[in-house]
Amino acid sequence: MPLWPFDNYWAHFAVFSIIIIIFVLLMVMVFIWFERRAFGPFQMRWGPNRSSPWGALQPVADAVKVLLKEDIIPAAADKWVHFLAPIVVFIPALLIFAVIPFHNGYGLIPDLNIGLLYIVAISALSVIGVFMAGWGSGNKFSLIGGMRVIAQMVSYEVPLVLSLIGVVLVAGSLSINEIVVAQDIPFFVLMPLGFLIFLIAAMAEINRGPFDLLEADSELVAGFHTEYSGMKFAMFYLAEYGHALAMSAVAATLFFGGWRGPGDEFIGVLWFLLKVMFIFFLLIWMRTTFPRLRVDQLTGFGWKFLFPLSLMNLFIVAGEVILWGEIPWWAIFINFGAAVTLIYLWSRLFKFGGGRVEVHA
Amino acid sequence: MTMDVLRTEPFVLNMGPQHPSTHGVFRMRIVLDGEVVVDFEPIFGYLHRGIEKIAETRTYTQIIPLTDRLLYLSSMACNHAYVRAVEKVAGVQVPERGEYIRVIMDELMRISSHLMAVGFFLNDLGSSVYTPLLYMYREREKILDLFEMVCGQRLTYNYMRIGGVSGDVPDEFMPLLKRFVAEMPHYIDEYEQLLAQNEILLARTKGVGVLPRDLAVNSSASGPVLRASGVKWDIRKADPYAVYDRFAFDVPVGQNGDNYDRYRVRIMEMHQSLRILEQAMKQFPGGEASAKVPLLLRPPVGEAYGHVETPQGEMGYYIVSDNSIAPYRMHIRPPALINLTALRDMVLGWKVADVIATFGSIDIAMGEVDR
Repeated sequence: MPLWPFDNYWAHFAVFSIIIIIFVLLMVMVFIWFERRAFGPFQMRWGPNRSSPWGALQPVADAVKVLLKEDIIPAAADKWVHFLAPIVVFIPALLIFAVIPFHNGYGLIPDLNIGLLYIVAISALSVIGVFMAGWGSGNKFSLIGGMRVIAQMVSYEVPLVLSLIGVVLVAGSLSINEIVVAQDIPFFVLMPLGFLIFLIAAMAEINRGPFDLLEADSELVAGFHTEYSGMKFAMFYLAEYGHALAMSAVAATLFFGGWRGPGDEFIGVLWFLLKVMFIFFLLIWMRTTFPRLRVDQLTGFGWKFLFPLSLMNLFIVAGEVILWGEIPWWAIFINFGAAVTLIYLWSRLFKFGGGRVEVHA
Repeated sequence: MTMDVLRTEPFVLNMGPQHPSTHGVFRMRIVLDGEVVVDFEPIFGYLHRGIEKIAETRTYTQIIPLTDRLLYLSSMACNHAYVRAVEKVAGVQVPERGEYIRVIMDELMRISSHLMAVGFFLNDLGSSVYTPLLYMYREREKILDLFEMVCGQRLTYNYMRIGGVSGDVPDEFMPLLKRFVAEMPHYIDEYEQLLAQNEILLARTKGVGVLPRDLAVNSSASGPVLRASGVKWDIRKADPYAVYDRFAFDVPVGQNGDNYDRYRVRIMEMHQSLRILEQAMKQFPGGEASAKVPLLLRPPVGEAYGHVETPQGEMGYYIVSDNSIAPYRMHIRPPALINLTALRDMVLGWKVADVIATFGSIDIAMGEVDR
């Protein structure tokens, strides 16, 4: 693996740490801008277009505004927990990029031999921060948001990991770079079911779209960050998009072949960025379209729909690996057919239903 | 660890009066066991302005703008209910053209109000970036343009007058109305594409917040809330006013009285309103729009109750006249407040999210609930 740029471990470490921080902060700005611009056409309006051409400086204006706001700590808050929560939420978004290869072998530690395990472990960390925010604010709305995020994490971590095991089986490695190298056929074509499960579970994991239960603005005011303002709120805002970026990057790397793509060797980074933006566009699309699920439906969907499907996906992929070793290209058709049939059949079996509890009042 | 160490207890959650989804300053005192609602108490009165009392100190014409401030998303219908009551007590006959204009305004108002009701309902369900609501604003704008054309206002119209309307419709009004009526079904189909078969929407609304038929009748609910529970009751049919007996239209009803039915009834009522508008345009007569009524009206001693079917339900005004220029007493029958009284029974046992959704499906305006 190249230790770019100076062939020195420490220099490599320092340079890439700075690159990752700049990359994440910059891309978060791009994402905020992109999402708000994309919402415009979806909702038959323009989106931000005042601050500069195409509203490109809107995130800067937002950031300046939010930084000038007073930082309020409620009297009922647990001060240290309240203070630490935004940091605990934001840091994992940065940490995930340690193992993401921006180009063939270029990254902080893209060939870490437990790369995928590292991603799974780190991405679950931010939930602690969210719960800290919910608990530490001393507000009931925040507390409900915090409890919801735990329920959500417990039910969606399992299908997420199971869908990733399929990737590991086919690639034969946990190292992210190896997985990218193994994708002669991008994995979202090879195992569409696994990709769909991953995408939905990842959306729930980063709390966006129809799964934004923990901030649920129509019910819980702002959920876990109701009591946050100023810089700390900005941290949550950054973290939300940071996690969206991280999950888009993980999806682009594990299922869309990361830096691989036609053309010159050097435009690998551009391919990577393009794929990240595409995944993020899918997330925006779903967020604008769907209403929110209820908390019991959310957990029910995770356990009764995604979990069995991800198990079946794992069986299919494992069977194919045992049968053929290297999965031939025509297995695409088998997998695609299996995905369509399974989703159709399971959606017939699965009902949201229920929800009411008898109470005596 | 034993269970008495892990003791749980219900807690009280105060939603409102300042809350994003309380449609104003409504307050809900909810007792929660985890996410489940075990007790519920609606508290209102934060927006009380004493409109009924103020009305006793105003002349009959001056009260019309007060009625705008009740159901502010359907002010035309509020105007209409009030002037009907006064016309009854004063024995004023409205010219035919005036009645047709009132019907057209009422039905446009119904479409506009139902658009907002459905839009905000979906918002409460958590279309957290407002997409369906913004689609519905597009058509509401067109209706508001029409209203602006006839009375110069976009929210508080103050258009109806005792004996007619404040001014006849301008010449450009009818062609634009015709175009709107022609375009609107296409837009409603667009909402249907986005919403009708949406699995999440169905899961969140079907069977949720059920208002049983007998409870709906007993709590004297009216409007779409009552009709969604399967009761075919519409003032336009039950006690035809203005010229409603001249139009063919259906009264859509639901079966289960859940949030989904309330949403469906509103969508179907928009289609029926368009039907009425089409017929009203065809039959639109000439002549005067208003009767000659003295500005300082002194109705004879007596009392009368006038009601119309507003988009929210039956709105009525009970007016007692003592032959002075101001009513001796004016009482308002507020449809949204009365519909709201059954809310507790609709939400008990459901989750916090359903409380907001059910509350949104009733379609209230705090201006009218608190008066």
